[in-house]
Amino acid sequence: MSTVEAAAGYKASRTLPIWAEVRRQASRRRTQLALGFMALLPVIVLLAFEFGGGRRDDDNDGGGGGAFSSMADLATSGGLNFALFGLAVSASFLLVVVVALFFGDTVASEASWGSLRYLLAVPVPRARLLGVKLIVAAGYSVLALLTLVGTGLLIGTLRYGWSPLGSTIAAEIPAGEGVLRLLGITAYLGTTLLVVAGLAFLLSVLTDAALGAVGGAVLLFIMSSILDQIDALGDIRSALPTHYADAWMGLLSTPVQTEDMAKGAISAVIYATIFWGAAFYRFTRKDVTS
Amino acid sequence: MSALSAGLRRALPRLNRRRVIPAAAALAVLAAAAVWAVRPAADAWTSEDLRLAGDGVELDARFYLPADRDGKVPAVLVAHGFGGTKDSVRSDAESLAEQGYAVLTYTARGFGRSTGQIHLDSPDHEVKDASLLLDWLATRPEVTTDAAGDPRVAVVGGSYGGALALLLAGQDQRVDAIVPQITWNDLGQSLVPGGVFKKSWAGYFFGNGAATLTLGGSGRGQEQGDPACGRFAEDVCKAYLQMATTGVPDETTTALLRESSPATVLDKIKAPTLLIQGAVDSLFPLSEADANAKGIAAAGTPVKVAWFTGGHDGGEGPGTDSDRVKYLTLQWLEHYLKGEGETPGDAFTWSRVAGFSAMDRDLVTNGYSADAYPGISGTGTTDVTLTGAAQPIANPPNGNPGAISSLPGIGGRLSSLLSGGVAMDIPGQHANWESAPLTGSIDVAGAPTVSLRAASPTGEATLFVKLYDVDPNGTSTLSAGLVAPIRLTGLPADVTQAQPVTVTLPAIVREIEAGHTVRITVATSDQAFLSPATPAVYTVAVESTLTLPTLAGTPIADPGSVWWYALAGVLGVIVLGLIVLLLIRRVLHRRRDVTVVGEHADTPLVVKGLRKAYGDGFVAVQEISFTVQRGQVVGLLGPNGAGKTTTLRVLMGLTQPTAGEIYVFGHRLVSGAPILSRVGALVEGPGFLPHLSGYENLKAYWLATGRPWEDARFEEALEIAGLGESVHRKTRKYSHGMRQRLAIAQAMLGLPELLVLDEPTDGLDPPQIAEMRRVLQRYATDGRAVLVSSHLLAEVEQTCTHAVVVNKGRIVASGPVNDIVGDSPSVQLDVSDVPAATRVLEELGVKSVQTEGESSLIVDMNGTARSEVVASLVTAGIGVDRLVPRRRLEDAFLSLVGDNSRGSGDR
Repeated sequence: MSTVEAAAGYKASRTLPIWAEVRRQASRRRTQLALGFMALLPVIVLLAFEFGGGRRDDDNDGGGGGAFSSMADLATSGGLNFALFGLAVSASFLLVVVVALFFGDTVASEASWGSLRYLLAVPVPRARLLGVKLIVAAGYSVLALLTLVGTGLLIGTLRYGWSPLGSTIAAEIPAGEGVLRLLGITAYLGTTLLVVAGLAFLLSVLTDAALGAVGGAVLLFIMSSILDQIDALGDIRSALPTHYADAWMGLLSTPVQTEDMAKGAISAVIYATIFWGAAFYRFTRKDVTS
Repeated sequence: MSALSAGLRRALPRLNRRRVIPAAAALAVLAAAAVWAVRPAADAWTSEDLRLAGDGVELDARFYLPADRDGKVPAVLVAHGFGGTKDSVRSDAESLAEQGYAVLTYTARGFGRSTGQIHLDSPDHEVKDASLLLDWLATRPEVTTDAAGDPRVAVVGGSYGGALALLLAGQDQRVDAIVPQITWNDLGQSLVPGGVFKKSWAGYFFGNGAATLTLGGSGRGQEQGDPACGRFAEDVCKAYLQMATTGVPDETTTALLRESSPATVLDKIKAPTLLIQGAVDSLFPLSEADANAKGIAAAGTPVKVAWFTGGHDGGEGPGTDSDRVKYLTLQWLEHYLKGEGETPGDAFTWSRVAGFSAMDRDLVTNGYSADAYPGISGTGTTDVTLTGAAQPIANPPNGNPGAISSLPGIGGRLSSLLSGGVAMDIPGQHANWESAPLTGSIDVAGAPTVSLRAASPTGEATLFVKLYDVDPNGTSTLSAGLVAPIRLTGLPADVTQAQPVTVTLPAIVREIEAGHTVRITVATSDQAFLSPATPAVYTVAVESTLTLPTLAGTPIADPGSVWWYALAGVLGVIVLGLIVLLLIRRVLHRRRDVTVVGEHADTPLVVKGLRKAYGDGFVAVQEISFTVQRGQVVGLLGPNGAGKTTTLRVLMGLTQPTAGEIYVFGHRLVSGAPILSRVGALVEGPGFLPHLSGYENLKAYWLATGRPWEDARFEEALEIAGLGESVHRKTRKYSHGMRQRLAIAQAMLGLPELLVLDEPTDGLDPPQIAEMRRVLQRYATDGRAVLVSSHLLAEVEQTCTHAVVVNKGRIVASGPVNDIVGDSPSVQLDVSDVPAATRVLEELGVKSVQTEGESSLIVDMNGTARSEVVASLVTAGIGVDRLVPRRRLEDAFLSLVGDNSRGSGDR
């Protein structure tokens, strides 16, 4: 009896089932709030368009506003454009914060509650713990992204109707294909957010302060965006994780331009691999002292 | 505050050698990468600045040679645009030199540091200069020659330089290939299209030529000419003044412009010609290149045409376009100059706006190709029906206010020219004819044509005909800002009597989408042109048929698709790496030590020679060895910081020991070892998810173990926690004691065979402590074992069967509690006269006497009965206030605590 390696019913590969982790996170207020806000944002945008009053300038002031202002002008032209607008306004900050929250909070908060050491004492193998946390955080991030797009599409279509995806420069894209383009844009944004996901996750492993991990990831992301604005840096900027953040606009052209998206995806995947690799390397070796 | 700083200290990596070295290495690699990225690349060419002789002038020149050349190389003469110098074409010259050509750049006469006056590419002046440069090239030993005095040479240039290339090739048969870009065919036609003077562009260039007077031209000190003419030659200057004043070139002017037009020499051009023309060019529109192409082709010379989205208004165009132009140029030169590569085919390539560039918010284009150059009338046509009646429009005096079509010389953003924004018409001065919304999109590539009838009270009218693409929202775009000016004479006063005139609009490349409408606007003024000074009211009627030339092409494969393969490659490598890692892990997992140490197989816990040194050199514990047998409740006793928690952390696999082994039931314990599943733990206080109730927390914990629900023994655990109904409240609202009890219950879930509890009574009140003692004692009776740590002597004494006393990371005592707690041979005596008492005691033959404080003595009795000691002291007249028997554990423990527990640090 005493020579059995583990307690009855214990199997390392059965510890911390994904569903258990999903429930652990689902019960948290911040998960609920983040997801709720993703659903709420399109509603807020819709209300802003409805009650914002005043016409937006329609005097074709040309270059100044560029793609972005034209996207705002088009937002009320149909559900697809409305969903796209919601996505575009969230891409540079809101989604970054949400993804950083899901990935940065997951390990660090367990550490700060003290529950991490009990999970490790179960024992949940460290690599498995990280793997499960990573998968669940990724799942929630995808859910958040889809919630944002889905709600936008739904209420946008209910309010503004179902019409082709418009863009001021290229031809309108038929609604059916427009849905595919929108999904493509969503997928690309998800891919670029891998950088944030990787960084936040690494920080989450390195520190016990959940806020530090989330804030740190967002901070570095913003810093990268700022550096990307400095033309003097030249080609170095292509190596910045945020350099290709706007490449999804290539999907609004006809035919689509995907070169920058491919570059952006390469950059994001490499960064994420490095960050996640470092997180696994560190966590499987470190002394858990909290 | 201290909590914050502690948090900070934990969050920030401590600096020590182990961390500094890799960090410094990483930093060095990053810095090296950054330096490598911005390093100035070694030049693949050498250059020398020269002053070469032109025809009576001295030309400022620079000669580039490729650095690694094998013998002689062909040469390329690069000519600059109007107002430029040899420096304006520097990057082109450098990239050509990198491709292995000898490159000669020079500043044309009348510009920069070259002497002489501007003769507008006159065959007698600028073209002769270029011929002399060819002579010079022929003398260079590095340059390939076809015959004596005949260098193997191509001429490349844009605009002013492009016309020079054409004119030189027409005049000097030594030229082997030319690549004229965005240039003219007939200067008169370009500057006075349709008989209307293009005043903005002409003025812009005239100003440019005059400006060189002050900008260093005067520095050479010979032409201090007329301030009105600057460095222009007198005849050119006169021609301009004449044309700009009247708006109609006279005979002399026409002749002069004709002289400077490649149109005159096209039939003499034998050098294969690659014509590159921009679609966003209101100065030299696509029709100019078309005329050149036709003229050269008529002479049987190979000619190829390419259009790009750019030009005098649009600039270089998007990156894909400039890449394509560069590629075509190099291909042309390689074949016709180096004699390498296949013959560039007849394929005609062009580009059309596709949308925004994601990166710089400007436009991006897609390239298309067709088998042959179709000219500017397309390969097909689509007719669009326009509606609208004859309308009167007013000509403003002196063309003011005037409509805006493009902004010559400003070099506006491509996007504003191609997506509306710039163009503006003045009410009352224009009339519109519009089509119905298109049912399908039309790929327009070429010059649309439309007929109109006009009437004027003066018999003359100057009109500007434009084609607008109007989207469903009403936003209208004048594609590339191009207009067709037309000067009509001999008009009747009544429009019904007017004869239709066919107007050929400027060639455009644009997809007019389905749902858009096409609008023809006829205006009386345009700020870019000179219109009649006298006011008048014309009547204009546009015929209903607008003919749009169309062109179908195959999209050019985007070279960017290679990046998708790169992405697939990266993903493949990552997946492969992951698989390899997993395989390695599996192998290592199989090889790991799973042997059971037989002698410990039935012992819940054996710790042997445990040592833990932290990264900063601090040794938390060393030489810790003890055993926990079944049925025992072992107390790990020590002051704060003695190393108890470190020991337990190692025990739970949270911390890696530096040395030593731990066996749980004979299985070697490493981080995450499955054997830990037979151990229940409370280490360093409770850790719960604050947003869950106590019950949910226990449930979540058990779910994480992945073990069967029935094994948890929930009811028993909950009973031990004794939280009653509070078990359903959120744990964040729990008191410290409640959390502690819940944590103990969690540790007991599944009734593990070894229970490890760190300070279990922390936060409990006395009755609960008493209850906990009973629970722990009962727990160990069933063949299970308990290890508790505590800094309280009494607790260990009352709860445990065995004790291990640690201090400063070392074991100072261990054994059954009864053994070490049992009476110690020493007592503490409080007496009235310490010196006297000491004497008496020494006479009694005790082992030792130590003075402690003013009235206390610690006496090692050495077998002497306590009663005897008291009797002797009293007999000696010494008052005995107190006699306290001491115990061994206390002896050990208190001396430790009393000694110094301070400064031993957090272990």
